[in-house]
Amino acid sequence: MDATSATPPDADGSLSGATERLERPPKRQQQQQQQQQRTNYGTNNADATDGAVLTVPSVVIRESGSRPSRLNAGGNDGGHSSGSGPGPSQHDIEEEQGLKYGAQHVIKLFVPVSLCMLVVVATINSISFYNSTDVYLLYTPFHEQSPEPSVKFWNALANSLILMSVVVVMTILLIVLYKKRCYRVIHGWLILSSFMLLFIFTYLYLEELLRAYNIPMDYPTAVLIMWNFGVAGMMAIHWQGPLRLQQGYLIFVAALMALVFIKYLPEWTAWAVLAAISIWDLIAVLSPRGPLRILVETAQERNEQIFPALIYSSTVIYTYMGTHYTPEETLPTATATATSSPSFSNSTTTTRATQNSLASPEPAAGPSSSSTRPGNTRTNQQRQQDNPSAAEEEAAGFTQEWSANLSDRVARRQIEVQSTQSANGRSNEYRTVTAPDSTQQPEAQEERGIKLGLGDFIFYSVLVGKASSYGDWTTTIACFVAILIGLCLTLLLLAIWRKALPALPISITFGLIFCFATSAVVKPFMENLSAKQVFI
Amino acid sequence: MTLPEFFGCTFIAFGPPFALFVFSIANDPVRIIILIAAAFFWLLSLLLSSLLWFAAVPLRDVLVFGVVFSVLFQECFRYIIYRILRSTEQGLHAVAEDTRVTENKHILAYVSGLGFGIISAMFALVNVLADMSGPGTMGLKGGSEFFFITSAAQALSIVLLHTFWSIIFFNAFDTNNYVHIGYVVGTHLFVSLLTLLNADGYYWATLLPNYIVTVLTGAIAFKVAGGTGRSIKRFIMCR
Repeated sequence: MDATSATPPDADGSLSGATERLERPPKRQQQQQQQQQRTNYGTNNADATDGAVLTVPSVVIRESGSRPSRLNAGGNDGGHSSGSGPGPSQHDIEEEQGLKYGAQHVIKLFVPVSLCMLVVVATINSISFYNSTDVYLLYTPFHEQSPEPSVKFWNALANSLILMSVVVVMTILLIVLYKKRCYRVIHGWLILSSFMLLFIFTYLYLEELLRAYNIPMDYPTAVLIMWNFGVAGMMAIHWQGPLRLQQGYLIFVAALMALVFIKYLPEWTAWAVLAAISIWDLIAVLSPRGPLRILVETAQERNEQIFPALIYSSTVIYTYMGTHYTPEETLPTATATATSSPSFSNSTTTTRATQNSLASPEPAAGPSSSSTRPGNTRTNQQRQQDNPSAAEEEAAGFTQEWSANLSDRVARRQIEVQSTQSANGRSNEYRTVTAPDSTQQPEAQEERGIKLGLGDFIFYSVLVGKASSYGDWTTTIACFVAILIGLCLTLLLLAIWRKALPALPISITFGLIFCFATSAVVKPFMENLSAKQVFI
Repeated sequence: MTLPEFFGCTFIAFGPPFALFVFSIANDPVRIIILIAAAFFWLLSLLLSSLLWFAAVPLRDVLVFGVVFSVLFQECFRYIIYRILRSTEQGLHAVAEDTRVTENKHILAYVSGLGFGIISAMFALVNVLADMSGPGTMGLKGGSEFFFITSAAQALSIVLLHTFWSIIFFNAFDTNNYVHIGYVVGTHLFVSLLTLLNADGYYWATLLPNYIVTVLTGAIAFKVAGGTGRSIKRFIMCR
């Protein structure tokens, strides 16, 4: 079992440690880029004022929908928009526009998070293998065998410290590699860890699943299934595939990782690790020299996406740039292109990103962009290629109102569009050089979906799964609701602060409080009530 | 017998709420969030009442005490969520894609009430359901075989009642209608205290009055939300 016990932390280092983060390509970054562009490519007036407006740091809080309970507080922090004269109105509109999608973003994260938890909880409840800890990870040398709570306590503390230091070291290693542009090493690492998850751990999972339901299966069939599943997963995550498939695999991988934690961590250690990792998350993302913050900032500086194996992207589409290069085009066609081709590039929007994706249909023609970032170009390319198939799928997810109001929004967006016109001219020019026949295709649109690190998925699921392993459903539901509310709060803060935020602390704190409170206090009360069929 | 019973009771209790969720809530992200927020507030109220129950050690076996305070806490939190939703209406108006959420203020009440009801019924029923699915079955050793089905039916009435109560309650505070506020708190107390009789097996004595109260409350909620006899007739005739 040594082999298996040695493997998880690898994945852990890369999946969880490095990425529990909630990131949304921040506005500020964008402004910065715009300003950069200005200096590079000359400006127009609109651009300049817009830039000035955008640099106003304060946000007028219109948000209330996504988090009603906090609204009174939200109202108070409302805009002290000391910004330039014409600015605030535009800014307001834009804010409103941004927040309008807020609620939808929240739901787009709720669904995968809930799915991930569902997989974990269902597995915990149906496969007893994951319920009991008999083998331990290499990183948790203290096994909490003693009946004494004090011994268990220091065991848990020591274990979680060891595990956390592994996570810290791995994260720092990742940052150093990223800083030094060792993309191949990082990709190799990520591919290796997802390979292990998709093959070895999936095989273990399948085995236990079959055993739990007492289904006989011969090895050739199992190998065939494993091969197809694993290879499809590797392709979807690291190379190309429909967006939904990629998301599905990411959710599954996160659930599997969470199950590994639940299975192999001793009981108290699991709780200690949850607490420790949310504190670490807070430090890593928010402190000025925090590794995850450095990672995000470096990625933004380089205009790159963060590795797809680390991040779940909700890919809610903001077609901000989708229409901007044809202001003279009539609105209906603009909307048509916008709806039919949502953005699938993970890149935060910038000139470079645009360039990149433009160049990507013919990589040879874009040496300037492809030379530095081979991986990125390739992913962009693949995303572009599977645009059509995935586009339908995504378009189907739109609400009626969304498409109905679209033209209105597009019109409003023109405001923002103006600010990116310099980029625009440049990209048009670029396109005519590289891909003259693709002028009708919309260029890469800004992707402003919320991104949630896979680590967040993993630890949310660990919390809920651990709660459900005690066999009490009320605790599980309480944890679930608490985590979702925590996520809501985090997203509200994200809308206010507009920078990468740690997604774990609030949710995990709520989750832990509700888990222990429910299992200690509420559960006996509810059991008493439901045994006597008293409804409150 | 266990599995069919499990599914039957699940669908009795959660079928109608699920349908309500799918048809009236799932399409609008804002409503989903409000639903979850309401559920969270209900959890908070439950936590407070459990703490009180837990702290009052000598009274732990006297369920009446816990029930009364739990009902009061729930109504307090209903008021809190009412205050919050009303004070954020402006913000909601800016955010909500579906303007009906703010134009028809009963929708907010309905959504938060459903959130209250669903989480309440879940907490009451979910462990019972888990026991239902297996391996034992009820009524073999002298217990009543109607235990599960009455639990499920009662849970359904609680979901519906919470929804109606919230509609009446929100409107009562909007219009300063103290009779309605009193009605909501009173019927909530009545229904909860009545279920204490379940322990002795008087199922008809609890279920029948509770459903009468549910229908009555539903009628009041319908009227409060602007429905009339004519509109219901038009609805039935599909005009």
